[in-house]
Order: sequence, then C-alpha cells, then structure tokens
Amino acid sequence: MSVVETLTEGEIVISTRALTRDFVVSRTETVHAVRGISLHVEPGELVAVLGPNGAGKTTTLRMLTTLITPTSGTATVAGFDVTTQPSQVRRRIGYVGQGNGAGHSQRVGDELVGQGVIYGLDRRTAKLRAGELLEALELKDLAQRKVSDLSGGQRRRLDVAMGLVHAPSLLFLDEPSTGLDPQNRANLWDHILRMREQYAMTIVLTTHYLDEADSMAERVVVVDHGEVIADDTADGLKATLAGDRLAVTVAPGNITRLSELAGKLPGAREVIAVGDEVSVRVADGPAALPELVAAAQRGGVPIAAAQVHRPTLDDVFLNLTGRSLREDSNGKAAR
Amino acid sequence: MTTLTLSATSTPTSTQPSRNLLRDIRIVMTRELKPVLRDPFSLLFGMIQPLIFLALFGPLLSGSMGGTFGDGVWQWFVPSILVMTTLFGTSTTGANLLFEFQTGAHERMLVTPLSRSSLLIGRALKEMVPLFGQAVIVIAVMTPFAFDLHLGGALIGLALLAVFGVGLGSFSYALAIAVRKQDWMFWVVQQTFLFPLMILSGMLLPLETGPGWMRVASKFNPLSYVVDAERTLFSGDVLSSAVLWGWVAAIVTAALGLTVGIRAMLRSAD
Ligand SMILES: Nc1ncnc2c1ncn2[C@@H]1O[C@H](COP(=O)(O)OP(=O)(O)OP(=O)(O)O)[C@@H](O)[C@H]1O
Ligand SMILES: [Mg+2]
Repeated sequence: MSVVETLTEGEIVISTRALTRDFVVSRTETVHAVRGISLHVEPGELVAVLGPNGAGKTTTLRMLTTLITPTSGTATVAGFDVTTQPSQVRRRIGYVGQGNGAGHSQRVGDELVGQGVIYGLDRRTAKLRAGELLEALELKDLAQRKVSDLSGGQRRRLDVAMGLVHAPSLLFLDEPSTGLDPQNRANLWDHILRMREQYAMTIVLTTHYLDEADSMAERVVVVDHGEVIADDTADGLKATLAGDRLAVTVAPGNITRLSELAGKLPGAREVIAVGDEVSVRVADGPAALPELVAAAQRGGVPIAAAQVHRPTLDDVFLNLTGRSLREDSNGKAAR
Repeated sequence: MTTLTLSATSTPTSTQPSRNLLRDIRIVMTRELKPVLRDPFSLLFGMIQPLIFLALFGPLLSGSMGGTFGDGVWQWFVPSILVMTTLFGTSTTGANLLFEFQTGAHERMLVTPLSRSSLLIGRALKEMVPLFGQAVIVIAVMTPFAFDLHLGGALIGLALLAVFGVGLGSFSYALAIAVRKQDWMFWVVQQTFLFPLMILSGMLLPLETGPGWMRVASKFNPLSYVVDAERTLFSGDVLSSAVLWGWVAAIVTAALGLTVGIRAMLRSAD
C-alpha cells in the first residue's frame, strides 16, 4: 500500500498541453529549453524520454514536478495542475533529480529514513523500508557512512532509494542509472521494475543509454531541441522510422544488377552500393532477405554473403535528425 | 541478489488533508541538527574557537584600555564574545544551503510535500542549538576567572541571543538563495556586512572613545542594542531599559529575517 494517494485506474496520470519553458540567460539571449510539449501518460506506463544533452529533458521533468513554472502551456500531474495546485502534486509523486539528493554532511541511513518521514511514514515503517532498500541496492554496509564519503555510483543508488522509499504511485527519474557499473545498473533496474509491479507505479525517466530505453521502457519519447519528435514503442519507432537493413555481398560485376533487384523489394528505401556490398532498408528484414536471395538466384546473380541488421534507437534518432546520439556524448547538441 | 519487497503498511498519515507546519519544521530542524550531533568533535571544535579568541584578545584589551572598564574586562568582554559567536555562526550558515543547491539536495527537498516556509524556519531555528552549546561552554570556562555569573540575567541573555540568531540565520539563508547562481557573492556580501556591523556595535572595542560619527552610526545598528542588552543582563541588571531595547532589536531582526527568508525560499526553485 502506498503512502501517497493512489491513482484511480483509467485516469490520465500526466497530461500536458503545449508546455514551454524559456530561460532568459541575458538581455540578448533567451534559451527556448522546451517548445510546446504535449504528452499524455496513462497509469502503469513506463515511459523513457530520450534525447541529446540540452534537449530539454530535465527542464520538462522540473516543470512536471512543480520545481519551475512553465512559460506557457498547461500540465496536469496526478490529477492536479502543476502551477495552481503544486502541493497536491508534490504529495503524490516521487522525484529523483539529475543531481544528488542526499545532503553531503548527512549519514546515508538518516537521509533515507528522513525522506520516508517527510512523506508521512511513521519512523518505524520508514526505518523498515529504508533497511529493505539499503539491502536491495547493496548499500547496507554504508548506512552509517557520511554521504560525502560515498562513491559516485553509491551516491546515485542512494538517490534512487530515496525516490522509492515512500513507494509513490508516480515516479520521475532523471538519468537514474548514470554512473553505475553494469552489474549495479542491472540490479537497480531489477528493483525499479519489481517495485513498479508491486505498487502499480507509473514511471517517467530520462536516459542516455539507448539499450536501457530499448529494453526497459514500453514507450520511448524522443526529444530534440525542446520538442517531441517521436513517441511510440521502441519496436514501433524502429519499424516506422528506421527499418531493418539488408547487407548483401556479390561479385563486383553484379552490383548494379543486385541494386535493381533490391530496389524492387516491397517498401525498399536507401539502396546503397559500396564496394561489393549492396545495402537496402526494408520494413521487415527477415522476410525480405529470402525474397531477395530467390530473386537474385532467378536473375543469375550469385550471392556471396547476406545479413539482416536490426535497427537500434540510434538509427531512429539518426533518421529523425540526421545526427547520431552516440557522437553526442561529449557536448551539447549541435544547434 | 536480494529480493525487494517493501513492508506493506496501513496508510498511516496518507490521506492527511493538510500538512502540519509544526511537524514540517520539526522534520527540517531534526535533519539540520543530525550532522551537528553526529559529529560531536566538530561541535566541540566550534566551541573552542570563541575561547581561543577570548584568551588572546581579552588580555590585550585589558592591557591597552584596562582603565576604561569599571568592573573588570571579563565582565565587559564575555558578553561580547557570546554575541560575536552568534554573529559568526549564524551569518555564515547560508553557505550550507548554498552547497545543497549545488548538489541537488535542496531540489530534492523542494519536491517533497514539506512546506516552503518550514524549509526556512526549521533551518533558522536550529541555529539556536550550537549557539546555546557554545555559550554554555564559554560561561562555564570563564566563570572561575573573575567573571560574576548572574544566572537569571544570563539565561535571559541567551534567550535574547537565540531570537537574534534566528533572525541573522534567516538573513544568511536569504542571501544564499539570492546569490545561488553566483555563489562567490555570498562571502563578499557576508564579509561586507559583518565587519562594519561588528565594529559599529562596540562589541570588541568601546565606541565611547571613538569619533562622533561612529557613535551616531552605532545608533542605527541593531547589533549595538543587542550588545548593550547582553552586557546589562550579564551584570545581573534584568530590568534596565537597555534590555528592553535589546529585545526590540532582536525581535525586529528575527521578524524581518524570517519574512525575507521565507519569501526567498518560496522563489528558490527557479
Ligand atoms: N536554469 C537555467 N538557466 C538557463 N538555461 C537553462 C537552465 N536550465 C536549463 N537551461 C538550458 O535549457 C536547455 C535544456 O536543458 P535541460 O537541462 O533541460 O537539458 P537535458 O535534456 O536535461 O540535457 P542533459 O542530457 O545534458 O541532462 C539547455 O540549453 C540548457 O542550457
Ligand atoms: Mg538533464
């Protein structure tokens, strides 16, 4: 049973209309961090917001969690308006920000128990839950440590533990797994998903890890320059926005012939011939490949090798923006 | 790997219609006090500083202007040290909040259901605790050395200091919030205010021998009234008008500080 008020089934948990946020940086410069985001999230959904640095992910989350007010547009979270009823919203959500939520001079256990008490748990329950989370996130031996003495990854796990301690029915996570080693990342996800199940949580998170968005979220919202540029399941995005790619190798003399055949495949796009390899984008790779092989055989073009490449979310982003998310890791998005 | 099943409990305070401000303040204050109480060594060290100052400055003071003091330099100087400890401790306390802005701890608190005003009031009230501890140590150490302790006056004096400290602490937090995007400004502003306030209160050196403009300026300094009131109280004179003026200065400082601080806290998210 959750401490915060539970949401009624069927109700929209998050609903925003044309949400925007400008930051006036100086007299001559205004940053349009978020430009008209409309988003609807239903109970129980797990939504990953994906986008390069500076895309406006954090700013969006900060508006939805009542930290900053929108410049224009509206947002209803857990049934309440973020601008006019912020305290109602705060009572019903959990938030793990991009920074570290625990005070540096505090002890790990104190902060976790304290967070539970803040949300209305009695001390005994708060202690019990804190103990369970410390155990689950492998922080148990660190309970008496000062937060400033933790490693970056340990601190991040404490942040997430603090977001979970009151088992909110709506949880916002801003890059929860950044800085964690693969084992801890997997472990963290294990527990987030388990708690989601147990408390019927709705989760909105941001991440830079493409594989994470791909495997964990049922829904991926791609944000770039403050706008939603795609919103679908990971598979849906890949099928409609990237598609599978066939790569077929033939003898050099047959390249032109094979390119023609590849172009005739249903839904074929981007036929590219490089060296002795022809590549082509199709909606359904595993089905198209035998078809192409058969056609080549009929046309007397012997095929040396053939492969199907399934698209990644990076292909999706590349197709949408002409930029790769991977190359973006060491700086702001190109404007 | 362990399995995570959080204890299911009946929803205790879950459907609370409105939150209790006092409860929020207590939560914030407890959190602020935890590091102080958990780390008694730093607390002890903080309390030794005023003693060191007392030991080094006191003898110089009595040596250079011994004649000026009627009933002994310590009777004059110990209340000064108590006010100075308050001034130093509470005016710098905003730096802690500034640090929590940088780490994200303050942001985390702002998303919780804690009321914004409790975030300020709880912090400001906690200032009283280390202040009280320091004062008790100073008094305990100094009483054997030619310092007459008048218990009633001393207790009222500490209460007055506590009220004044809450006000100063609030101003310090308000300053931290105001300069959070240029944090170096905090120390510039704090120092700029601290030394004139301190010198123009007659805390360290008597102003009676100073130029006329200084004496006039000190009349506009709330700290002067607090210092006068403390000296009067620690000499055992509880009913003097100086004490009344001290309370007026302390209460006005606290009221203004809390108002300014709470207003700043309400706008501290952006
Ligand atoms: N307080 C602020 N003042 C001025 N500009 C800001 C502020 N916060 C964010 N911005 C700007 O708004 C834009 C969006 O920032 P935001 O933090 O939302 O990006 P993000 O998608 O979370 O990026 P990252 O992946 O790096 O966390 C950026 O250009 C940033 O510089
Ligand atoms: Mg961000």
